[in-house]
Amino acid sequence: MKGSVGKIFTIFWKDILLEIRTKEIITSVLVFALLVLVIFNFAFEPETATMGLVAPGILWVAFTFAGVLGLNRVFAIERGNSRLAGLLLCPVDHMVIYWGKLLGSFTFMLAIEIVVTPIFLALLNLPLLLPRLILIIVLATLGFTSVGTLFSALAINIRARDIMLPILFLPIVVPVVIAAVEATVVVLQGDPWGDMLTWLQIMIAFDIIYLVVSTLVFQYVVEA
Amino acid sequence: MDGRGALRHYILVGLGFALMVAALYMVFIYVPTDKNTGAVQRIFYFHVPLAWIGFLAFFVVFVCSILYLTKRDIKWDVIATASAEVGVVFTSLVLLTGSIWAKAAWGIWWTWDARLTATLVLWFTYVAYLLVRHYVTEDSQRARLSAVLGIVGFIDVPIVALAVMLWRTQHPGAMIFEGGLAPSMLATLIVCIAAFTVFYIILVTQSTRLKNMETDIRDIKNSKID
Repeated sequence: MKGSVGKIFTIFWKDILLEIRTKEIITSVLVFALLVLVIFNFAFEPETATMGLVAPGILWVAFTFAGVLGLNRVFAIERGNSRLAGLLLCPVDHMVIYWGKLLGSFTFMLAIEIVVTPIFLALLNLPLLLPRLILIIVLATLGFTSVGTLFSALAINIRARDIMLPILFLPIVVPVVIAAVEATVVVLQGDPWGDMLTWLQIMIAFDIIYLVVSTLVFQYVVEA
Repeated sequence: MDGRGALRHYILVGLGFALMVAALYMVFIYVPTDKNTGAVQRIFYFHVPLAWIGFLAFFVVFVCSILYLTKRDIKWDVIATASAEVGVVFTSLVLLTGSIWAKAAWGIWWTWDARLTATLVLWFTYVAYLLVRHYVTEDSQRARLSAVLGIVGFIDVPIVALAVMLWRTQHPGAMIFEGGLAPSMLATLIVCIAAFTVFYIILVTQSTRLKNMETDIRDIKNSKID
């Protein structure tokens, strides 16, 4: 067990190093997420009354779409030059590869959300630090990336992979999107903790179920 | 098809035909018109069986997917596809018949009610499943990847159901189990469910046979080229 943690971290660190040197995923996805926020301002009248109602939806649409773009890259960077074969040849269990990749995609998405969320809150004239919103973002991002990392690995094997990843990913994460939006409504309206408890529970259940299932089936996705 | 298979097939088709005729008779002639919603309520006798068999079809995909990954017999993959195809058609019909009923009963074609939303999400999941099958060319890889989807997609169903149920609900549902249904209506529903179950089995076995023949023909062609 102790050995696996080190191996997971090695794979994770490889992706982080690659990202630090190329800055390929975070920069482009970050700009995309900000653009989604801006485009929605044109789609809805930016009046305070209506904005309060649609704001949680806008935030989560931005994160969901940005998530798809980022997840597309997670395994796409392993294509060509037999890089995926090289990764799979590592003397580690396939579960370790899944968790290393998961940790990477989770970190990338969180990094984007750390930048986008304060900008989003500033646009709405809300306090820039909402601890409960951070909790929602962490839980939802874990849900997105748990199943998204699995689908990212699956999508590199199929034609039309760029369009197939969102088509596979979006229906599955519907419960997370609903729960995240509803919980964000509670936070932005300043309602008590009790009101968002159910939504947090749904996200926690989703996270646990998909972390376990993805860990178990990942080997079938990458098997040569 | 060998002798016994052919016999079984004709028995199934005969049974299915008899049940379907009985179902049509009961829905349109035998069962009385609903007092509150009128003739449009008769859609219910098609809508509910389609929904249940559609769900059963996706459950079969789930079971066959697990069997394929553990046993690696292509047979399970063929049954899973056949079942997914029938499931998507049935679920499309559920959404269509539901819309027609909703327009008459609620005055709207669609609402983001829990069951409607969950059914729509289910429909999208299995359309994606069929699309992936279309986009992977190599047989064993296609079987493997779609089996993973058959498992991951089906596990989502209870979570989606729970999430949308808490989100909003207005669909009539509990009536069937709480005994709010007249005996004649219940009898009609049961015959309809039986008819559609046999219909589902016929469609899946026929589709499975067809897919196996396609594979055989392709193998024969390939062996000639070699």
